Amino acid sequence: MIDEPLFCLSEATGSDVHKKIRAAFEVFDYESNNTVDAREIGTIIYSLGCFPTQADLHDFTAEVEEGHTGYIHLDKFLPVMTKVLLENNMKAITLCFQVLDKEKKGYLEPEDLTKYMTQEGDVFTQEEMDEMLTALVDHEKNLIYYKDLINLLTIDPDM
Amino acid sequence: LGSSIVTTKCFLFLPESSAIRAALLIQRWYRQYVARLEMRRRCTWNIFQSIEYAGEQDQIKLYNFFGFLMDHFTPASSERNLISHIFRENEICRDTEWERYFCYKDIEVPDSYTGPHLTFPMTFCGVSKLVEAFKHKQQLHARYVLQLLGETWRLLRILPNINQVSACHTKEITICGDLHGHLEDLLLIFYKNGLPSSEKPYVFNGDFVDRGKNSLEILLILFGFLLVYPNDVHLNRGNHEDHIVNLRYGFTKEVLGKYRMHGKKILKLLQKIFSWLPLATVIDHKVLIVHGGISDTTDLNTIARVDRHKVREAFSINKVFLQSAGGLVEGRRRVCSLTYHSSAPAYKHNLPRRSLHNQPTSSQLNWSVEEELKRRRRQAGFDQSYGELTKSDSDSDPESGETTETDEHEWKQIVDMLWSDPMPQNGCSPNEVRGGGCYWGPDVSEEVLGKHNLQLLIRSHECKQEGYEFCHNRRVLTIFSASNYYEVGSNRGAYIRMGPDLVPHFIQYQASRTSREFTLRQSIGWTERSALRALKEQLFVHKSDLISAFHEFDPNNTGLISLSHWASVTEKVLNLGLPWRVLRPQLVSSTRVCFVCTFRSLSLTHISDNSILETMYKNHSNLETIFRIIDTDHSGLISFEEFRQTWKLLSSHLKTEISDKAIADLAQSIDFNKDGSIDINEFMEAFRLVDLSAHS
Repeated sequence: MIDEPLFCLSEATGSDVHKKIRAAFEVFDYESNNTVDAREIGTIIYSLGCFPTQADLHDFTAEVEEGHTGYIHLDKFLPVMTKVLLENNMKAITLCFQVLDKEKKGYLEPEDLTKYMTQEGDVFTQEEMDEMLTALVDHEKNLIYYKDLINLLTIDPDM
Repeated sequence: LGSSIVTTKCFLFLPESSAIRAALLIQRWYRQYVARLEMRRRCTWNIFQSIEYAGEQDQIKLYNFFGFLMDHFTPASSERNLISHIFRENEICRDTEWERYFCYKDIEVPDSYTGPHLTFPMTFCGVSKLVEAFKHKQQLHARYVLQLLGETWRLLRILPNINQVSACHTKEITICGDLHGHLEDLLLIFYKNGLPSSEKPYVFNGDFVDRGKNSLEILLILFGFLLVYPNDVHLNRGNHEDHIVNLRYGFTKEVLGKYRMHGKKILKLLQKIFSWLPLATVIDHKVLIVHGGISDTTDLNTIARVDRHKVREAFSINKVFLQSAGGLVEGRRRVCSLTYHSSAPAYKHNLPRRSLHNQPTSSQLNWSVEEELKRRRRQAGFDQSYGELTKSDSDSDPESGETTETDEHEWKQIVDMLWSDPMPQNGCSPNEVRGGGCYWGPDVSEEVLGKHNLQLLIRSHECKQEGYEFCHNRRVLTIFSASNYYEVGSNRGAYIRMGPDLVPHFIQYQASRTSREFTLRQSIGWTERSALRALKEQLFVHKSDLISAFHEFDPNNTGLISLSHWASVTEKVLNLGLPWRVLRPQLVSSTRVCFVCTFRSLSLTHISDNSILETMYKNHSNLETIFRIIDTDHSGLISFEEFRQTWKLLSSHLKTEISDKAIADLAQSIDFNKDGSIDINEFMEAFRLVDLSAHS
């Protein structure tokens, strides 16, 4: 079972994220002109699986609103929301790695990661593990600097 | 946007996670990443394959064009001469005359020569020395090249059409597929597997040349080992062992580039050698090895009897083949892309399959011939000096005499062997993608193998991601030995080791140190960029067709069309069977597509005259092939008059008007040598497509 706030991990590509954002937006686009009332924006964001504070919402709305019209257009909302969701993905994964990195060293030893990946959760096969290590391990230091890697591997290059 | 404000806020509410939950999420994240990469890789692969096959189709159209001209055209005599020599050997010589022509004895090796010296008869030491020399990028002197090739020619003439090999003496046989001039792959195979010898027999299954840049070195090494171990090294002919194919795919160019003075002679001798290469190898009467494959008419007894060196160049065969199949069949790619769902038009003609039951059942090859063959091979192995050989047929001009229907039927079988591809459906239909051979189905495999009491067909001819692939219920095995064939990191190569139990074992590899050091992501990225470049070229080539088709969906002249229209138009014009929607972000930006932007990032260097610019670029491969055919003395130069006639020919083929003035203007804008002739290489240089986006 997936924890609600982290469900955005299932969005793999930018276009999937786009689809999800549009779908949520369209529910409130009563006139089918790609605009929503600014007061509905909180609901939309919640439905996308995020939990901003009131202050967060206020700032966000100020950024994307069309002047002082009280309306928000999809063309502004889409890129900003996309970035937020993708960054949420990154933050979520970073947090996961930090959970495993108990001493908060900023890196993981290959043996430690292997232990978790091949013994817990949906365990990896040996082949999958080997492949993951090839992709993630810094060859010189033989360590996994997860923060740098997540940037590279999460954001799709064709975004 | 002041997005820094927005994005530093954390929108997450993360409950206390245990290590297990964290591990689960990391696993999910990583698997998604790998799946995305795999999808990109498949997409890239499809791009390369589609473009490759489209190129081969182009070649066939060119052949058909020449054939058509010869049949219907009554041109001025000058034009007829221009193309007539590609399928007429003007000199009808006897063997002794050829031997004199190819004689190496007058060629002096200067003292300054630092390459390897060969002595004949060839020995194992001699060949290993040759391998070492090529490893160190040395070049063999023309004298030794001609000498080695001459010996090879003499040997090949006494070999049978079908090599018979035995795996019964606890010797493991090594079988290699296409090499295509990739010397590093051959050296890697030798490093991993050992050099050929009596204890280590090898079969090389064709396509040694073209595309890669060391085709000649590969040939010399393979021929060298053949001369030393004629009973243990077996070569099958591939569809690229053909001098007309070589004109297009780079081998001719390679030889002429490396041997300026004697290149022409070397090419001529190679033409003869290719025609004398054996067609197939059979191991223990159980495993059949051919380069392309089979068809429903394949009969090994017939093939064993044929005068294989008299088979005409591929294009004439294609003419015969296509005429008998009722003309060119409109076809589609066989590539299955992951996301592209066509409305599945019937894209193959399922010709009625000829039943094999009508033919006399013969469970094995005609063994009374085998004794004769054994005698000839013993002679080859025993008589190292290759002195006077009594031969019944001379290697004279294949044009002598009329071709009968039987001949054509026999030759069709040979073309099938060298050009066919397997397909998943039952039946047998013409291979319109390649323009030669057929597509054959699992039922044909069963029938042909059953008829000859064989258990396995090993073939090559098609590039495979892992270097090998089974199909037809593991009755057919494809083996491909050129790694990184499309691009660095595109595929592995492989070879087979087979013992007396006739069970194939595979060894895979990938040449080039750099590709191994790349991570998965990097090597896919590299290959992808290369594929996209090739695809953008295709878009450019069809620019005006695309633009006029786009306009049909843009009645208000806004310059924009919807994505689905963009995708359907592009597929209709290019006919490559690719998932254009998925590719769209890499080719054009924006959601409603500005279709003119499709071409914004590309531009040609040098050539300023726009009127025939696009025509020229579109046909530049054909142009190069035609030039090399015209360049009869292989000097690399053609005269202005020949250049003009080429354009005239091409314009009649393309049914476009190209005025004399346009040609003359174009000729002026190219640098001429002082004697008023055009350097082919210089001219082709002008067609390098500059990718403007590469500089951004």
